[in-house]
Amino acid sequence: MAAARLVDELAKVALGRYAIAVVGDEPRLAYNRVLLSSVLAGETQSHDIELKPAGWWRDRGVTLKYGCRATEIDVGRRELKIANEESIAFSRLVLATGSTALRLNLPGAELSGVYTFRDTRDVDLLLALAAGRKRVVVVGGGLLGLEAAYGLAKAGSPVTLIHLMDRLMERQLDAPAGALLKSLVEPKGINILLNANTARVHGSTRVEGVELTDGRMLEAEAVIFAAGIRPNTTLAKEAGIPVNRGVVVDDHLQTGAQDIFALGECAEHRGICYGLVEPAYEQAQVLARHLAGGTTAYAGSVVSTNLKVSGVSVFSAGDFLGAEGSETIVLNDIKHGTYRKLVIADGRLTGAVLVGDTSDALWYLELIRSRENVAPIRSDMMFGRALALPAKAA
Amino acid sequence: MTSVNPALRTTRTACPYCGVGCGVLATPDGNGGAAIAGDPDHPANFGRLCSKGSALGETVGLENRLLHPMIRCDSGSLERVAWSDALDHVANRFRHIVARDGAGAVAFYLSGQLLTEDYYVANKLMKGFVGSANVDTNSRLCMSSSVAGHRRAFGADTVPGCYEDLDEADLLVLTGSNAAWCHPVLFQRMLANKQQRGARMVVIDPRRTDTSGDADLFLGLKPGTDTALFSGLLVHLADTDALDRDYIESHTSGFDEALARARSIAGSAAATALATGLAERDVAEFFQMFTATKRVVTLYSQGVNQSAQGTDKVNAIINCHLATGRIGKPGASPFSLTGQPNAMGGREVGGLSNQLAAHMNFTPPDIDRVRRFWKAPRIATHEGLKAVQMFEAIGRGEIKALWVMGTNPAVSLPDADAVRAAMTRLELFVVSENVRSNDTVNSGAHVLLPAQAWGEKSGTVTNSERRISRQRAFLPPAGESKPDWWIVSEVAKRLGFAAAFDYVSAADIFREHASLSAFENDGSRDFDIGALSAISYEAFDAMPPMQWPLPAGAQAPQPRFFAQGEFFTNDRKARFVAPEIPALRTETNPSRPLRLNTGRIRDQWHTMTRTGASPRLGAHLPEPFVEIHPDDANKFGIGDGGFARVTTDYGQCILKVAVSARQQRGMLFAPIHWSRETASGARVGALSAPFTDPFSGQPETKATPASIAPYEYVFRGFALSRKQVELPDHAWWSRVAIGGGYGYLFADNADLAGWQSWLRAVAGDDVAEYRDFGGGVYRAASFAGERLDTCLFIGPARDAGDWNVVKGLFAADALNSEQRRMLLSGKSADGLANAGPIVCACFGVGRTTICDVIAAGASSAAAIGARLKAGTNCGSCIPELKRLVAQAAPDEPRKLEQATS
Repeated sequence: MAAARLVDELAKVALGRYAIAVVGDEPRLAYNRVLLSSVLAGETQSHDIELKPAGWWRDRGVTLKYGCRATEIDVGRRELKIANEESIAFSRLVLATGSTALRLNLPGAELSGVYTFRDTRDVDLLLALAAGRKRVVVVGGGLLGLEAAYGLAKAGSPVTLIHLMDRLMERQLDAPAGALLKSLVEPKGINILLNANTARVHGSTRVEGVELTDGRMLEAEAVIFAAGIRPNTTLAKEAGIPVNRGVVVDDHLQTGAQDIFALGECAEHRGICYGLVEPAYEQAQVLARHLAGGTTAYAGSVVSTNLKVSGVSVFSAGDFLGAEGSETIVLNDIKHGTYRKLVIADGRLTGAVLVGDTSDALWYLELIRSRENVAPIRSDMMFGRALALPAKAA
Repeated sequence: MTSVNPALRTTRTACPYCGVGCGVLATPDGNGGAAIAGDPDHPANFGRLCSKGSALGETVGLENRLLHPMIRCDSGSLERVAWSDALDHVANRFRHIVARDGAGAVAFYLSGQLLTEDYYVANKLMKGFVGSANVDTNSRLCMSSSVAGHRRAFGADTVPGCYEDLDEADLLVLTGSNAAWCHPVLFQRMLANKQQRGARMVVIDPRRTDTSGDADLFLGLKPGTDTALFSGLLVHLADTDALDRDYIESHTSGFDEALARARSIAGSAAATALATGLAERDVAEFFQMFTATKRVVTLYSQGVNQSAQGTDKVNAIINCHLATGRIGKPGASPFSLTGQPNAMGGREVGGLSNQLAAHMNFTPPDIDRVRRFWKAPRIATHEGLKAVQMFEAIGRGEIKALWVMGTNPAVSLPDADAVRAAMTRLELFVVSENVRSNDTVNSGAHVLLPAQAWGEKSGTVTNSERRISRQRAFLPPAGESKPDWWIVSEVAKRLGFAAAFDYVSAADIFREHASLSAFENDGSRDFDIGALSAISYEAFDAMPPMQWPLPAGAQAPQPRFFAQGEFFTNDRKARFVAPEIPALRTETNPSRPLRLNTGRIRDQWHTMTRTGASPRLGAHLPEPFVEIHPDDANKFGIGDGGFARVTTDYGQCILKVAVSARQQRGMLFAPIHWSRETASGARVGALSAPFTDPFSGQPETKATPASIAPYEYVFRGFALSRKQVELPDHAWWSRVAIGGGYGYLFADNADLAGWQSWLRAVAGDDVAEYRDFGGGVYRAASFAGERLDTCLFIGPARDAGDWNVVKGLFAADALNSEQRRMLLSGKSADGLANAGPIVCACFGVGRTTICDVIAAGASSAAAIGARLKAGTNCGSCIPELKRLVAQAAPDEPRKLEQATS
């Protein structure tokens, strides 16, 4: 996705300046990974999630090499080696290798029937599970786990989601928001266990069950690990490019190696590896301008989450927990499936969590980013831009 | 009004509010309510109704009605009992107390809300059979000074004029009357005269009321100086030779003494100006207008009556009309505007403690005549205690048994806290009521007797122009409620007076009442309706509005009295009365630097037990307030819209502040309507001084020395509820009826978390909350399904917000999602751009916006993206975009057809 966006941005600012080749491991055109759960849920068709049709790439003069795995970067010779193929010489190389789902290092994790949820191949496997109405345990109550659980449940599997923490999506949601999300997701056919630590996966050759550290046993015919991702950094590391958790990049998205860049989930900027699409797109825009000879720099992203999670709209940004010295304004209508919290510090909006009703999420994000004084609209801002700033909204 | 089933019959009846006595057409809606319209054939109103009358249909619900007799048990709680048990109990206790302590130890306190028949039976029982004249009525607080003034001048309580005089006068002088608010239909009649005939209007009032808005001349005199103004006028009439010497000579006595007294009070326009605080020019103009206009009606009401010199004020006015012979002539008369629907009926019956019966008094011949007519075993032989003194006697323990019917003395009497305390001392405290709970009921009543309310009861009332109208039932009685006359008669029977109280209908009683009025009358008494003494049941049922007198064999109606003299004194001459030097009973002093005036507001009636049930009426002025002049407000640090504590020697209230130049400097005004039922601390009766007029016994409730101080509240808010709720003790509050339930406007200094706990205790579990404690805001709403159940909004006092939007939503049966989403903003979402539920989170594009572009031709997700950017970032909404396109698709062919056809 990051690569497609980079091409898009480059075509806008420097069409024809570079001959571009896009090399991808997966055997298909770049697709929208965010929609994998939608495919899993049967809400959309696999071929419908392609980001751009082949013609689009062609029009921009892009050579597509999909189904090709890049195996080595020869930094000195400026060549990228591709498995079973000739090398490609480059003047600039951009790493957009993404990340891989973590498999927890547990007894039984190697058993047949343990999956991750990351690409279209995973989706095909999970669809087969669901078609067989297999009992599934999803490990991880973050965004990815919820999406996998939702997709499976919609596709017909009985699903139990187990989560280590006391609430879902704890990195994006405060306790009431997490509780509301849980109450909204459970009716969709997902059994959720919180404070549930996985001890081991049981089974002789195939998965038969999951045991928790408190001794509880869950029957399962499949286990899906969705408990985190790891940036794909092998290629860079082996080429001697500095890697920390991700490939370290500067404010121009350049790695430690001249003319080699990285963006998206594989990159680490100012110590942060973003696991979201929005920063990747922001990075793509900056990098495209940089490659076009511009002077823009990337200063990091204000992280926000703004998605439908298991069919529930969720938005989270900034200091959503409310640090010491901040004030919170809360609007909740739990039976109606709405929770909204705004965090204010020094007269500025510093964080927000919205569950259920995420209208105005972008406005809040803009207010958080702009750091403008919200005191004059404090009494109305919870109810949206149209009410708080009727003249501007009109 | 709700639509009306044409099969339901329309009933002609009369309005239960003020003394105008408007005819009302009531059509039951079949669901316990009724559609209300003015009766176009009634000569009091010709189809018009005021705001209060129009809203009668909103006040007939059963929600707070007393539906069955109740007796207070040893545990202190009121328990339901059978009628027979309640009546036995009342009769036994009365009998016991009279036997032990004498007839003077018991009392009835009646009401201008009672029908004439109810009044008649109660008066007969007490004065003829128990043997005490301790029967008084809330009319004492209303127009007893007029009664006393009439009797002193005319020898009888006679209203000389009629409403047509208001149409025919060339000058209308309103003194101490805010008719625009308190007698609105008559005021409209006066305005019509002004507009069509050019009549001029003078308004005399310490307050610049709405009545003064149409005045040609407004005289904002100092309180208590009406007598000076009319004394000055009498002198001016004499000095400008404007007297009717013939009339004075032939039909009056006492003129010279009265004129001499008038000269000593206000011997010139200048002296009058000095005495009244008016500009001499204005005084002179008034004198000139009155002098030059033959057809002049002087209308007066509580501003004159509610005074320790009210009777003298009435006589000072009457003196001017007698001196010019402008009495009982078309367009020329003094005219008392009665406060209550049947104060006049009560006066006819003799329901005041200083009257005996049927305009007969405590003179030996009258006593003997009434005794014979009633065959009364123990007729009272002297006047009883008037209201204020009656309750003082209760407080001293001298009166041990009290029966209150249809009135709320714990709110309405002056020094009302003392009244409330006095009632708790009673050995027997019986209340006949419509409502389950009011301040009087809650002052320790031992027995509650459910009386039929307006719309259920049937009988007669008399309005300010002596016109008797039928009040008719158009609704079934509530629960076990009974007519007041029935309740009293049943007790009378149990006291051993069955033969004298064997009534089977209101018509029976009316015939007896009419017979008494004619009994040995022969023109000696003004009140004679002998023509009706044999009226049949059918004729009574169908009786049209009739003006008295109606003596047997009367040939022609007599709308007026006294044009040719024929007063009801021994010598048939009217009396000029020399009034006392005008002075208020009380003095202001540094700790009580102001004077508190009290009165009514446009859309409420008395203690709100009826008007308080109407959302429409509650909307006008929903909170108890005190009005103060801007200069005084500055002086005492009072801010408009804030709160103030008003203190007198008798009590204190905390009221909302209205700063207004309509108020005279040095004066406060507070309405009388709120009680402990409807507000936390606004029983204005508790502030009023109990000093009374020596002749009428009417208290001076319009000039009590008072002080005022600001009272600060940090928070203000409102609560809406389907049922009545108890607000926390620390809060100031006022309750008002709203569409679908009750509204509470409140102010408070306690913390918001306490209100959150309060809300959670009264609400169900489907609660939406908005919490900005840092900003001092807490709002919550609970739901029952899609319907709002309870709302609480509280915020900083300076920014309390407006409850109208929320009230509108509360009145609805169901809230849609968008209304529910915006509810706690307290603001209307109407007219705001509403994008609908968000579809594209990345760009914040809502469903409505998307459907709009689909309708405008965007037929794919890409096309939508091109126009709105929706779906062009993370793309996760693309499936939904496609669905929206697909859903819209069936319309496409039709559109095409239309486009091509």
